[in-house]
Amino acid sequence: MHILNMPLSDESIRSLKVGDSILLNGIMITGRDAAHKWMVDTFITKTREPQGDDLDVYEALRKYLAGGVIYHCGPVVAGLDTKEYKFVAAGPTTSIREEPYQGMVMKHFNAKGVIGKGGMGPKTLAACREVPGVYLHAIGGAASLIAQSVTRVLGVYKLDFGVPEAMWVTEITDFPAVVTMDSHGGSLHATVEQHSRQKLQELLASD
Amino acid sequence: MPNLTDKILELVRLTSTDLPPDVEASLHRAVEQEEPGSAARDALETIIKNVELSRQNSTPICQDTGTPIFYVYHPIGWSTHELHQQIEAAVVLATQKAYLRPNSVNSLTGKNSGNNLGGRYFPSIHFDEVSGETLTIELILKGGGCENVGAQYSLPSVALNAGRDLAGVRKVALDAVYQAQGQGCAPGILGIAIGGDRGSGYYASKEALFRKMDDTNPDPQLDALEKRLVEEANQLDIGPMGFGGKTTLLGAKITHLNRLPASYFVSVSYMCWAYRRRKMIYTATEVRYE
Repeated sequence: MHILNMPLSDESIRSLKVGDSILLNGIMITGRDAAHKWMVDTFITKTREPQGDDLDVYEALRKYLAGGVIYHCGPVVAGLDTKEYKFVAAGPTTSIREEPYQGMVMKHFNAKGVIGKGGMGPKTLAACREVPGVYLHAIGGAASLIAQSVTRVLGVYKLDFGVPEAMWVTEITDFPAVVTMDSHGGSLHATVEQHSRQKLQELLASD
Repeated sequence: MPNLTDKILELVRLTSTDLPPDVEASLHRAVEQEEPGSAARDALETIIKNVELSRQNSTPICQDTGTPIFYVYHPIGWSTHELHQQIEAAVVLATQKAYLRPNSVNSLTGKNSGNNLGGRYFPSIHFDEVSGETLTIELILKGGGCENVGAQYSLPSVALNAGRDLAGVRKVALDAVYQAQGQGCAPGILGIAIGGDRGSGYYASKEALFRKMDDTNPDPQLDALEKRLVEEANQLDIGPMGFGGKTTLLGAKITHLNRLPASYFVSVSYMCWAYRRRKMIYTATEVRYE
């Protein structure tokens, strides 16, 4: 079991291999579909002009993401009316939807990793090698349990994206995950996919 | 007509926070199949722990509380308009109480309505009039991760060498499981509809998911295919969460609809392990939940 504390060093990232179990600690921000598209369009490919509080949020993101990780999660949050936010259920969402954006975001912000489920593709794997970074797999659907690792909600950006799509700043303690893509080109998802394709061909060969 | 808003709210709470016993039992059977110390076994143990915790704390099993899909079987003479309003009111309350995540997003503006209402199709409600004095409401909460990996095949398929028969259905269903990998939160349950049009096929594939895990398909051919699909899908080694392992599917449920001579659709709805479906049975003297 590797205990990791953010901000993460290149050395600690390089020490991680596919299959390692980790417990993550520190300040972590959530971001999923709307957030990734917004980050890339506004600050990386710059196809969209910054508006409203965009530049302020960008400065905050630079701070949280450098050496940090981004969590693909759309939580159930209590305390929306009082702004005393608490995560009630906070499992990972499917990561592959961020494949067009993730590598760019990791490189731009020097983000050392992603937490999600289902794994990601070759573009993200290449970014993991370059940055270096890792893909950390949390258990999909284990939302009540994972919410217990989110010890505090420190704030929220872009709540106008809606509760699931907003970027929640959280403090996490012993957040459990498994490395399924590492900075050395290893991907459990590629291995499982390849193996299952072969099995499928065998099964399809007969009626 | 009585106001059942509170009783429907309880149905929503129960569905979101308390996994049905037949599903939980199948997870317990699955964990025993996986090697001690494997990522697959760890994943299933975490899943079971989460199911227990969610029940104790009355918190959502999964943060993606999905599309609430209601099937209402009401006695003759009940107002579906009023039932619709009561279901909507219960959904709004359940969102306020954090049993449901606000999940209804305008596809043009991207704005989340914040209360899980939005247009004719959100929540999704189907009404059927039935004889007798009992009102039955069934609810399934189906998240986006597993909904995204659903698939519809038009047979014959050259790529999969699948013809217009049950052998072809088997091939495309196995392909759907392969394509889904771990993305739909494996181990999953397949709802499969053979026939229909593109719309009715998908509806029926979801209705099939209201069946119990260990029931028997009344059609012996389909029953045999259901069992074979589970056994063969579990040879793909995709495993819980796509980590590799013996448990890729927990079940398969197949139904069939009449089709046009020209069409032969196979519609596959993939349900994640967080198979949240519950039933409320209401009569003048009692309400009970299954």
